[in-house]
Amino acid sequence: MDHLDLLEAESIHIIREVAAEFENPVMLYSIGKDSSVMVRLAQKAFHPGKIPFPLLHIDTTYKFREMIEFRDEFIKSIGARLIVHTNTQAIADGANPLRIGTQKCCGLLKTRALLDGLAAGGYDAAFGGARRDEEKSRAKERVYSFRDEFGQWDPKNQRPELWNVYNARVDKGQHIRVFPLSNWTELDVWQYIGRENIPIVPLYYAKPRPMVVRGASLIPVEQDFMLQPGEKAEMVMCRMRSLGCSPCTGAIRSEADTIEKIIDEMKLVRRSERENRVIDHDQEGSMEIKKREGYF
Amino acid sequence: MSLLRFSTAGSVDDGKSTLIGRLLYDSKGVYEDQLASVAKASAGSSVPGGRIDLALLTDGLRAEREQGITIDVAYRYFSTPKRKFIIADTPGHEQYTRNMATGASTADLAIILIDARNGVLQQSRRHAFIANLLGIKHFVVAINKMDLVGFDRSVYDAIQTEFTGFLRRIGAPDALFIPISARDGDNVVDRSANTPWYEGPALLEHLETVAVDEERELLPARFPVQYVVRPNLDFRGYAGQVASGVFHAGDEVMALPARRTSKITRIVTYDGDLEAARSPQSVTICLADEIDISRGDVLVPATAAPHVARRFRANIVWMNAQALEPGRGYFIKHTSHQVRGVVRAINFRVDVNSLERVGATRLQLNEIGEISVETHHPLYFDAYSSNRVTGAFIVIDPLSNETLGAGMIVDIEGKEETRGQVSKGERESRFGHRGAVVAVEDTESALLLERELFDRGANVAVLASPDPGALALAKSAGLILIAVGVVPAGAVDLRRMATHEAIRQLERKATLQGHEAELTAGEGI
Repeated sequence: MDHLDLLEAESIHIIREVAAEFENPVMLYSIGKDSSVMVRLAQKAFHPGKIPFPLLHIDTTYKFREMIEFRDEFIKSIGARLIVHTNTQAIADGANPLRIGTQKCCGLLKTRALLDGLAAGGYDAAFGGARRDEEKSRAKERVYSFRDEFGQWDPKNQRPELWNVYNARVDKGQHIRVFPLSNWTELDVWQYIGRENIPIVPLYYAKPRPMVVRGASLIPVEQDFMLQPGEKAEMVMCRMRSLGCSPCTGAIRSEADTIEKIIDEMKLVRRSERENRVIDHDQEGSMEIKKREGYF
Repeated sequence: MSLLRFSTAGSVDDGKSTLIGRLLYDSKGVYEDQLASVAKASAGSSVPGGRIDLALLTDGLRAEREQGITIDVAYRYFSTPKRKFIIADTPGHEQYTRNMATGASTADLAIILIDARNGVLQQSRRHAFIANLLGIKHFVVAINKMDLVGFDRSVYDAIQTEFTGFLRRIGAPDALFIPISARDGDNVVDRSANTPWYEGPALLEHLETVAVDEERELLPARFPVQYVVRPNLDFRGYAGQVASGVFHAGDEVMALPARRTSKITRIVTYDGDLEAARSPQSVTICLADEIDISRGDVLVPATAAPHVARRFRANIVWMNAQALEPGRGYFIKHTSHQVRGVVRAINFRVDVNSLERVGATRLQLNEIGEISVETHHPLYFDAYSSNRVTGAFIVIDPLSNETLGAGMIVDIEGKEETRGQVSKGERESRFGHRGAVVAVEDTESALLLERELFDRGANVAVLASPDPGALALAKSAGLILIAVGVVPAGAVDLRRMATHEAIRQLERKATLQGHEAELTAGEGI
């Protein structure tokens, strides 16, 4: 068995454990490449049955249009159940990253919305597609990551996790975040997408797109408020390496318009995928702080 | 591309983080932007000469960066064209024994770091002991900071001789000793010109080529059932991960605890049926016969069954501030099976520094010992030394839900073996109850109770007017005899109780092994 077979077998084991041991699990679905892999692994885990839990998308309403189109098409094609949750109050109050800053915006539209969405469904387990290689605080995350009644993560007081024997016990109101892709790297994900022909949002593939070039950054122009006075979009051959909200996700210049080319690019790339995610850099240790508060 | 999981343990001083930083850096497992942020941090740290402090690459939590220590297990990833590597990076101090054990639990190889200037320290011995206890079969001893002893061969030789003796003493496998300088990279990725007297491979070279995954396939086949896949009436499959060995379509298998045998008709995956499923593949197995199999059961070859027992001895690493105490009730999670259990005795504690066995009435956080366990339902297990999947369990606190300890089964306890004369214990674990005579009011309640018990798998019969020998018979045959109208000597009086009350009463008296039953006083939680 090669490394992808081993990772696949491990992830399927985790997904089945959760389905068997929790009363009401849900799979967080962000539309990105990692979610696409995670959903495929869930399909594999229960074949020929269907995925026995719903998918939950926390929609900030600032996702790329192509992401939402892809989501609706993809969910229909696999016959899964999708729940979409949005912090509609915050949107109505005009929350956007330029007006209130990225920290507050993430807090309201992602963390708050996620915790509300989980509470609304009464879920006792939530799968997420996070990987330990993504960010240094995630390197310490368990596969089963315990969250208290307020959805908070306590990194210094985590349950020990040995072998592949997971502790699924929670009291009412608490839940476990489960990360079946913990041991996958970004390159593993791409190789697997290639091997398994997993459909992904076209934004991952390079093509000429309208971008604002601001220093070394390429800012996609999906929302009007992103343009500063005097700025104009120009067509740039580029792609997204990681997908988030359009105002906070930069593109990279790239010619990689096929999976093979993306994998080749990955092997040469010398910069981390989250470099283009504005929200990871808004303060020192920012991912750890967001995660403690309940961020995905 | 294959996969190798290895563990490291150590403190800031012996250069563990530097070694990992070096492996990540030299194999380009670190991105430039991550390096730039480390370089920024290094400028403010005490590393001389403007050199990048590679240790800063690995400490993930803010508290760790602030205090300059590693607190928790961190997992790191890098790959070379030959292999993908997963490092379980753990702190080395005694108060982090539990983290070391956690890191070692999934590792196939352990790198033990020894500072050439200090020689073999308690910490190196402790790490080797724990790695061996957790069943790691491949050891590498990296003798670090060789640059600070002038790459002196005699230093290397002395450490090798001493530590080899130690490894043999604890029954650990032989190790490969490599003289390195993590800071400068000697013998890490490439062989160093500074150690012409060393003829072995560089560290990475060894990690890329050592063969580790051949063992699991050769063991007796084990398939703990995780989940029953039943999308429609025509399909019933048992989903799980092959814990060890190989299953072929057409193989005859036995389901435990039912002890029924059947044939594998199909091995189903999303990508099509397989001829064979080998460890550690995740598959779905279909059988020829309708057998009642559910989560927690296990499929095995009828010719090579595991132990089926409720009492066993196990090594345990205690991981919680709440001490382990005999007599307390815990949850035991073993493969896909969770049962209630009691620690009957602490047989001894091991002093991780002197490795001596000492008596103990409780085990504190980070202590290691051997315990005797009794579970309410039988487990189907192998000794941990022969099977790291079916020999391992965790201990969970029923109150706080925390993971309290990690257990490694040594052997069954007493004569609960499945050979020779059928024992009382075997009957109890088969039927889920002890032999007893119970008394009910009338025939109607007797038949209701009999049906309820029978459906739960009990060995039960109604006996209108039992003779004086009934109790002895019930006890020796492991039967539950239901007497009607009279209460013979030694019988459990269940008169004036509804069926469910009667069942609860039997569970309370530990005649029946309850599922989530209230516990008897001795097992009080």
